[in-house]
Amino acid sequence: MEAIIFYAAALAAVASALVAVAHRNPVVNVLALIVTFFCVAVNFALLGADFLAGAQVLIYAGAILVLFLFVVMLLGAPTVSGEDNPRPIQKTLGTFLVALVAAAGFFFFRSFSHTGLVHPDFGNTTLALGRLLVGPHLFAFELVSVVLLSALIGALVLVKRKH
Amino acid sequence: MWAEVGVAAFKLVVIAGMLLTVVPVMTWVERRGAAFIQDRLGPNRVGPWGLLQPVADAVKLLFKEDVTPAHVSKGLYVLAPAVAVFVALSTFIVIPFAKAEGVTVFGVPLKGLIVAPDLNIGVLYLLALSSISVYGIVLAGWASNNKYSLLGGLRSSAQLISYELAMTLAVLGVLLANGDLRLTTVVEHQAKVWNVVPQFLGFLVFLVAAFAETNRLPFDLAEAENELVAGYHVELSSMKFAAFMMSEYINMTTVSALATTLYLGGWHLPGVTLPSGWLGLLLSFAIFFTKVAFLLWLFVWVRWTLPRFRYDQLMRLGWKGLIPLALANLLWVSLALTRGWV
Repeated sequence: MEAIIFYAAALAAVASALVAVAHRNPVVNVLALIVTFFCVAVNFALLGADFLAGAQVLIYAGAILVLFLFVVMLLGAPTVSGEDNPRPIQKTLGTFLVALVAAAGFFFFRSFSHTGLVHPDFGNTTLALGRLLVGPHLFAFELVSVVLLSALIGALVLVKRKH
Repeated sequence: MWAEVGVAAFKLVVIAGMLLTVVPVMTWVERRGAAFIQDRLGPNRVGPWGLLQPVADAVKLLFKEDVTPAHVSKGLYVLAPAVAVFVALSTFIVIPFAKAEGVTVFGVPLKGLIVAPDLNIGVLYLLALSSISVYGIVLAGWASNNKYSLLGGLRSSAQLISYELAMTLAVLGVLLANGDLRLTTVVEHQAKVWNVVPQFLGFLVFLVAAFAETNRLPFDLAEAENELVAGYHVELSSMKFAAFMMSEYINMTTVSALATTLYLGGWHLPGVTLPSGWLGLLLSFAIFFTKVAFLLWLFVWVRWTLPRFRYDQLMRLGWKGLIPLALANLLWVSLALTRGWV
């Protein structure tokens, strides 16, 4: 049962990721990326990481991509027409890179394949994550929040109109 | 195994059926309520007190011609209402509608009238899915290829994102006091004192944000008729339009149930101890339902009492009013928790 869900979600993730890259309409690209994030969330849930699955949907699919969609719609990004096809060298290089990544991924996967699907039992992952964040990883956690804060202030400074 | 699946399916059917029944009833309440507030009669011809009016409306919507304008983006135009209804229907599974202590069906404990009692992330699931609901509106606005639709969609998405923050911060206060994401424990936590008492500020923020999140007056700028014709669903007809109406009413019900669960004590009444077994289930459901019905009436009441906000006022209220208030509530809860006051 879990294997079926996993393979379905993985297939959908790969397919929608391909659409996200290849489709000509930017709005469809963003939507396909949302589907990809959903499938990743499903895989998180299968691994027992329910908090991560929820956060993935809440933050990536629900918040960040809404902003992406917003930008695409407001700027009215044009649909890529047939004439803007990449040059042959780009196509060749792109295909080669995809093949390379696929091969690397295959061998990487092979090294894990004997373990099969893992069923870790973390119990309440929200609790465990919280303990880790304010416990051993407190410094990194605070550092990330400072980085985010400085990014926020930076964005404010950049968009502030000069009177 | 199969008995458990059967129980889950039974609960799903009962609760989904309930939510779908609320939709026609609420359209009737809305129209009669509006008439009552405006000192008119309202629809009173079909059936006793006009109670069959929603049936007539549904039949009318089903048989209307489904016009698809030539200039729309076909796939997304069909997808948008589907997303809206899907999200509205899938969020309620973590809300406990009644307690079921000692109730077993086919030898399987019922664990409360809640579809997914063992989902650890409870309210996070609800927030995550409801954050998806913005896509239905944005897509409808964009796919219609109409400037009024697009403006309505953009307005609405900006509004939903802004008020989602305030809402989540308000909910965070409850979760902090509760220490668990499951809504069942949130209800049990309120057996003595409802959360609305220590966290009144949070409740206020939650309620205002709930009106904004469901696109109801005074925050229904996405469909401001006098500026945008009808906003994001101006090009939608027949059942596609009805799908958006349905999702609005279902969302109202879900958010009312959530407010009841988070702040109004769920099925607890002060000084009342409910019996266990089936009687307890029915009584707790009746109490829960009364609270939800009051909140739903509040939605109607406010809609026909308050005028619409201007867009800059809406944004100011969200970012400069509600979010600081929600943060103040969070600070207060943290302080009270560390001091052991609550």
